[in-house]
Amino acid sequence: MHDKTLSELAAALEAGEFSSRELTAHLLARIERFDDDLNSFITITPEPALEAADRADAARAAGKAGPLTGLPLALKDIFCTTGVKTSAGSRMLDTFVAPYDATVVERLKAAGTVSLGKTNMDEFAMGSSNENSYYGPVKNPWDPAAVPGGSSGGSAAAVAAGLVPAAMGTDTGGSIRQPAAFCGITGLKPTYGRVSRYGIIAYASSLDQAGPMARTAEDCARLLGAIAGHDLRDSTSVARGVPDYTGELEAPLTGLKIGLPREYFGDGLDPEVEAAVREAVKVYESLGASVREVSLPHTHYAIPAYYVIAPAEASSNLSRYDGVRFGHRCDNPQDLIDLYKRSRAEGFGEEVKRRILIGTHTLSEGFFDAYYKKAQQVRRLIRQDFLDAFEEVDVLMGPASPTPAFDLGANKDPVSMYLQDIYTIAVNLAGIPGISVPAGFAGRRPVGLQILGTHFAEARLLNVAHRFQQATDWHCRRPAIAEETV
Amino acid sequence: MQWETVIGLEVHVQLATRSKIFSGASTAFGAEPNTQACAVDLGLPGVLPVLNEAAVAMAVQFGLAIHAEIPEVSVFDRKNYFYPDLPKGYQTSQMYHPIVGAGEVEITLDDGSTKRIRVHHAHLEEDAGKSLHEDFHGMTGVDLNRAGTPLLEIVSEPDLRSAKEAAAYLKAIHSIVTYLGISDGNMAEGSMRCDVNVSVRPVGQEAFGTRAEIKNVNSFRFVERAIAFEVERQVELLEDGGQVIQETRLFDPERDETRSMRTKEEANDYRYFPCPDLLPVVLDRAYVDHLRETLPELPADKRARFEGELGLSAYDAGVLSASREMAEYFERVREVCGDAKQAANWVQGELSGALNREGLPIQHSPVSADRLGELIARVIDDTINGKAAKQVFQALWNGEGASADEVIAAKGLKQVTDSGAIEAMIDRVIAESPAQVAQYRDAEPDKRGKMIGYFVGQVMKASRGTANPQQVNALLKEKLDALC
Repeated sequence: MHDKTLSELAAALEAGEFSSRELTAHLLARIERFDDDLNSFITITPEPALEAADRADAARAAGKAGPLTGLPLALKDIFCTTGVKTSAGSRMLDTFVAPYDATVVERLKAAGTVSLGKTNMDEFAMGSSNENSYYGPVKNPWDPAAVPGGSSGGSAAAVAAGLVPAAMGTDTGGSIRQPAAFCGITGLKPTYGRVSRYGIIAYASSLDQAGPMARTAEDCARLLGAIAGHDLRDSTSVARGVPDYTGELEAPLTGLKIGLPREYFGDGLDPEVEAAVREAVKVYESLGASVREVSLPHTHYAIPAYYVIAPAEASSNLSRYDGVRFGHRCDNPQDLIDLYKRSRAEGFGEEVKRRILIGTHTLSEGFFDAYYKKAQQVRRLIRQDFLDAFEEVDVLMGPASPTPAFDLGANKDPVSMYLQDIYTIAVNLAGIPGISVPAGFAGRRPVGLQILGTHFAEARLLNVAHRFQQATDWHCRRPAIAEETV
Repeated sequence: MQWETVIGLEVHVQLATRSKIFSGASTAFGAEPNTQACAVDLGLPGVLPVLNEAAVAMAVQFGLAIHAEIPEVSVFDRKNYFYPDLPKGYQTSQMYHPIVGAGEVEITLDDGSTKRIRVHHAHLEEDAGKSLHEDFHGMTGVDLNRAGTPLLEIVSEPDLRSAKEAAAYLKAIHSIVTYLGISDGNMAEGSMRCDVNVSVRPVGQEAFGTRAEIKNVNSFRFVERAIAFEVERQVELLEDGGQVIQETRLFDPERDETRSMRTKEEANDYRYFPCPDLLPVVLDRAYVDHLRETLPELPADKRARFEGELGLSAYDAGVLSASREMAEYFERVREVCGDAKQAANWVQGELSGALNREGLPIQHSPVSADRLGELIARVIDDTINGKAAKQVFQALWNGEGASADEVIAAKGLKQVTDSGAIEAMIDRVIAESPAQVAQYRDAEPDKRGKMIGYFVGQVMKASRGTANPQQVNALLKEKLDALC
């Protein structure tokens, strides 16, 4: 059962090949068997999962099943879930149980999906390797010596290892696309405002966006249709109709204009990654697309701008973790300042503290104009780069990451870690959608092809990714652990 | 040396929305601690603010009332600092692009003259919770019911020159917001609080002196007292060769003094930046025009109309338009009795006296405007005389009788204008007062005018106050003079 995609499972459930309870129990057993080693889950919720599966089976028996009814998935531990711990990968929230569901969770529940648990992640979504989790690092299912990427590393690893057919992630600077690339799965970051942020623990509010991670673009299309749409509880969600994302999947690519940003094929790009991406582009040419080089001239400012804006917002968003109302509180505080200092010193990990300090500094009197304001100006230029490029071409293509998954512990220096996000980070600054699809290997480790479109072009991206997956079988390759049985 | 006082006020007005500025929780005052704080007010992880449109409308109405510029776009910023009653670790406010631009407020001084005070801007923000330092044995309790209550902060230019002007300005703001119905203006419950910036400078000097900011003063009286103390402190300091330092001070009403809270060096760096969870507020012209059309008549316009159309004195017009409740009561009385001057006299005289004695606001008057109007109408149509009218008023105040007519009938206070009846009473009084009649007769003619008062009093007494006093006077004079 675990070798099937979400879409195949939907068909099997509908055909009565097995029940949602059988499927759920099977995947829970796999998690039980493999995840001690993989560490992709922070919390597993077998009982609520089986109950939800039973409800789904009952709904199907009553003829009330929808397209996602009874399908199991996992949620990054950044989505608030009523009654189930939501830690954001932090000691600070190790005991936090929200009294509400995130809008994404609410919509997935309403669609009849079955959540098996909450997946591991870099603390407060700050990281590119999942090594910043209070709950320990996650292993890459393709190679236990490699990281799964981050920050949605647990979600990517769980899907790749066949523990769940799909999982929800969030992407602030590449946190869906890069782990999807590292783990050989498909991951979509929607347009900013397409999916409600309500109930998602905030890292950088103007950049955060939730999206699906699964084996195929078709699976992502099904899930996006369920979670996208306006939400009155999130003022930044956009009041715009949600198309049928599966409807356009088969559209032919004849005449598709692909742009290859010159800046995405420069220094620091691993030759094997480059070869895989160029090979993928050839596949598109064979499908009737035309290819040209384009320029995104402000690309090299994206990382500095991001590391001003994101930490600035984070420093403010994380102020609520003060030990007063919820979350970690130090023992025997002597006074208010002691309570703040020790609760936060003990509750936050090193990378989170680093970003809080950076953000606090860049917003300080005397530095605001030089950093924050300037970064916002750069952000507008970066956005304009993309808008200009989309005047010429329909989609942009390039690598999701300059290298395949690196070894655990390989990037000790924070700046070298930040540079991992060179191809993904500008996309968040511009607010446009992007998808990463499996496109080959560099040694044993997967390579991701990133496809970018203009604002609200998700249907087009999914179509372009889907046609590639019909022409190739990279997305069908499974790591050994996914072939193993319990 | 002669010193001039320079004052600027930051007035925080709690807006009378039913729910909070960024959440659906109730804003009602006085609930059990932390029962009116939802996930958004508690700053729980992942929740997001949604702007309450009613708060925007109220802010714009205020802006229109002070003839302020209403910018098309305003932006919410985060003001970052740590405090236990500030759940998110930041207050959502408006630093760079406030909802209301520059405007002006007219104040009326004791001598009846008016002065225009410029308002720099007014912005929307959320209130914090309350820290409760008592009853927790060395610990502090936090009540977040107030967290997220919408505030309009109205920032004046330093145009005020005395404690009296500052109090008059505060009263003018109070009057505008209560007229608009955008705040209950209840200072005791904290619906209006202000921070006072005070400095002094030698008369004639143009540059401002160094200012001190007095935080959280919450009554008209305290504003005057805090400023009076602070001015004296600064003048003394300067005259002794010292310097005023820029600092934040607290007013202690028990001791009637201000005390240093923190100096500029200790001030927080609030790290303002635009709140990424809220979109800029864009007001289209049609929306603002619609709000303008629905504005009620404001105190300054009302005062002008009372003076111009109703012919009241400037003083009366000022008093009667000072609050919406007072003005509405007066206007109703005037409608019912048909005479503005009589209505003004009664509202400011008998009614205000009674209200003051019992410490009641006019909206809780036991005598409604309709009842008072009917009573005055009976004086105007000569059904009762002024003396009886006071008795009727007292009876209505005490709840004896449902209307003036009922009290008049029950107490037999209808004025006696039948000259036969009055003459009979006069004859009886003269017959019963031979000594006084003899005195009257023996007095010089020009002294007699004063002596007649005794006889008037007796006749009025005999009529239990119902005889028409003018008739009594005239007839008495006739009859007594006939005896001389």
